[in-house]
Amino acid sequence: MKNFFRTLFLITLIIGISLKSNAAEKVEYLKTDWSFKGLFGKFDRGALQRGYQVYTEVCSSCHSMKYLSYRNLAEKGGPEFSVEQAKAIAASFEVTDGPNADGEMFTRPGKLSDKFVMPYENVKAAQAANGGAYPPDMSVLVKARGGGVDYIYSLLQGYEDPPSGVILDDGVYYNKYMYGNKIKMSNQLSDGLIEYGDGTEATVQQMSKDVTTFLMWTAEPHLETRHQMGFKAIIYLIILTVLVYFSMKRIWSRVETEI
Amino acid sequence: MSEHEYTPKSKFGKWFNDRLPLLSLASHLTDYPTPKNLNYWWTFGGILTFCLITQIVTGLTLAMHYIAHADMAFESVEHIMRDVNYGWLIRYIHANGASMFFLAVYIHIFRSLFYGSYKSPREIIWIIGIIIYLLMMAAAFMGYVLPWGQMSFWGATVITNLFSAIPLVGEGIVTWLWGGYSVDNPTLTRFFTLHYLIPFLILGLVVLHIWALHVPGNNNPVGIDIQKPSKDTVPFHPYIVIKDGFALLMFMIVFAFFVFYTPNILGHADNYIEANPLVTPAHIVPEWYLLPFYAILRSVPDKLLGVIAMLSAILILAALPWLDTSKIRSAVFRPLYKQFYWILVADVLILGYVGAMPAEGLYLLIARVATAYYFLHFLVILPVLGYTEKTTPVPLSITEPVLGGSPNLAMAKNKESLKE
Amino acid sequence: MSEKKTKRRDFLFTATYAVGAVGVGATVWPMIDQMNPDASVKALASTEVDVSSLTPGKTITVLWRGKPVFIRRRTQEEISDAKSVKMEDLKHPEKDEDRAKNPEWLVMLGVCTHLGCVPLNDKGDYNGWFCPCHGSHYDTSGRIRKGPAPTNMEVPKYEFVNANTIKIG
Repeated sequence: MKNFFRTLFLITLIIGISLKSNAAEKVEYLKTDWSFKGLFGKFDRGALQRGYQVYTEVCSSCHSMKYLSYRNLAEKGGPEFSVEQAKAIAASFEVTDGPNADGEMFTRPGKLSDKFVMPYENVKAAQAANGGAYPPDMSVLVKARGGGVDYIYSLLQGYEDPPSGVILDDGVYYNKYMYGNKIKMSNQLSDGLIEYGDGTEATVQQMSKDVTTFLMWTAEPHLETRHQMGFKAIIYLIILTVLVYFSMKRIWSRVETEI
Repeated sequence: MSEHEYTPKSKFGKWFNDRLPLLSLASHLTDYPTPKNLNYWWTFGGILTFCLITQIVTGLTLAMHYIAHADMAFESVEHIMRDVNYGWLIRYIHANGASMFFLAVYIHIFRSLFYGSYKSPREIIWIIGIIIYLLMMAAAFMGYVLPWGQMSFWGATVITNLFSAIPLVGEGIVTWLWGGYSVDNPTLTRFFTLHYLIPFLILGLVVLHIWALHVPGNNNPVGIDIQKPSKDTVPFHPYIVIKDGFALLMFMIVFAFFVFYTPNILGHADNYIEANPLVTPAHIVPEWYLLPFYAILRSVPDKLLGVIAMLSAILILAALPWLDTSKIRSAVFRPLYKQFYWILVADVLILGYVGAMPAEGLYLLIARVATAYYFLHFLVILPVLGYTEKTTPVPLSITEPVLGGSPNLAMAKNKESLKE
Repeated sequence: MSEKKTKRRDFLFTATYAVGAVGVGATVWPMIDQMNPDASVKALASTEVDVSSLTPGKTITVLWRGKPVFIRRRTQEEISDAKSVKMEDLKHPEKDEDRAKNPEWLVMLGVCTHLGCVPLNDKGDYNGWFCPCHGSHYDTSGRIRKGPAPTNMEVPKYEFVNANTIKIG
């Protein structure tokens, strides 16, 4: 048994190290303390609500959020707006519905069950309005980028003047965290750009952190349940493993063999 | 199959059993004499059965919500992740389950390599195992296509294009596989069909695998033939059941950790971007469990030969019972083979590592050396070793080394005396 | 001594089985619950209907939770018919006042309580609805009068949001 575990441990170690070095990034991302990391990680409600505000006031003019519905804003584990607040948010958007009895499409105020309204009709329209680059849908953006939240957080704060020798085309900007350093989105955040409802000072860093937290939630809406359930599941498994271990010892004590 | 006749006690039981001997089968399975010196490396057979059943059950439930259509597949996966009750849990179990399945199967295969479990009279078990492994790879590959992300799409494009290496008919075969002129909706729907079918084929083969195992019985760490049932064996139930259960639980703790805390670490971020036929991701990598073969494919500079090398790397395993000429099964008594075995393990790990790296410069060189060594191991080292290696004495029975404390004391007699 | 040992062993095995069984149960539940209505389906639980164009004696059928809902603006004659029925003549006694709070409007699930077909409007022996599948007759209050259906057509939860709009669900 000892031998078995020693070998297993060694192999795990080797694979672990190679995975780690594999994931080693070329650029060091900016770090911050994310409340949702770790065994008991939870979202910071304030950050999620502020992040939603940043998304609506800044990002949503170009970036869609097509897999989310307004009802999600009031769901447990998310920003947890009250149902009334979420209804008011939904109603503030014009949703195209139909066809009606005359066969025509019409607009009405949004309902909780509606999906987030898209800024553009389709991908082509989005490209046409943004110099050919499609602003990616943000629903799962955090999971769709290798660096995850750290990458998004850094990118938002990574705009710089290009180093000498780098020539940028019109509508292309320099960002030290972007793959290839060239990005078609201009710097969107500036200190005091928005006024937070809860009075928090809207610095670039604060907004980056809030909106990234919000994006983590949109990508992984069940993260809190997952962490809670995971902890219970693992504790349960450990208890059962211990019980089975002693049962096994008892059963095998009938034969004179070491196990 | 069974060494003893089983007669049910109840009258109905006897009546039923005479017509369909299910009770005899159950009795055979519970009483099945198992060598009592099996170590924990032997628990992976049970773990693999668990993996297969987990994949089938979670797969069936996912299929109730998934939509196999190029326009809706990605969205339906997001629907599962967000709205379906426990959908996120089921999908993460299924996705990580594939990785856990391969982890277990690799341990199972390398256990067999170390203890010579593929040797006579267990060649058929081994070959069925290789077929299961091939089907697993097919199922895993097609399953990876279903979410219709960027890696799904481009992985499917790259892998199906391997067939274009076949002279003359290659292009035709690829078009046939796709059902069009590129990977598209027809490809997705047929992959879904096959992904659904293959696990049941695997299940059938697993039954054969176990059936074939129950004819000669388990190999064991000492690698000698044993009398069964005898003092060298214990009945499968409860001894092996509880031990397998213990190992399975430890395996499940690792599994649970992946599912609940790092569910996406084994996947690739690009697969959360919906498939786009116009843009290829910067760096295409298969899932980790296919990396060694991917490295072999890329290490050969010729398209057709690369594909042949990759396929041979797997198929060569089927010939292993005849390539390994040594009469001694367990590496415990083969000091030289033991060293080559660990070199092979390192070689495969290295291949896996370079498979994840870009195919250029030093990585390419390492991949080529490692590929060459891989084939060298099976085609040259193993056959030669069988004739030249000086093995250490093998014990007469597995009870002796166990009871005698130090194995060496009991190894007085060599293998010749076993053959009487 | 040995008896004590046996007892402890029994306890250990029983505990292991019990804890194991809990785990199996907890694992099976998600696989069952995933077939229940999901969050997006539950969110569509209510529908609002504009009834301004409905004249007395007309019925519209709208879809709610995948089922037809009949909304009928009844004529005075139909209302008095429905109100005059004696309770003892009914298979499933319900007062018309209880089924239609505002007597002019009858809102009910257009699903026959026999085996789920959609009954036809203005048909049958009681001038209400008639189910073509197995011949159930409903009156102008949607109550079962003749045929195999066991109960009256179900009245869903609804309310008038304003004079012209009914919210079902």
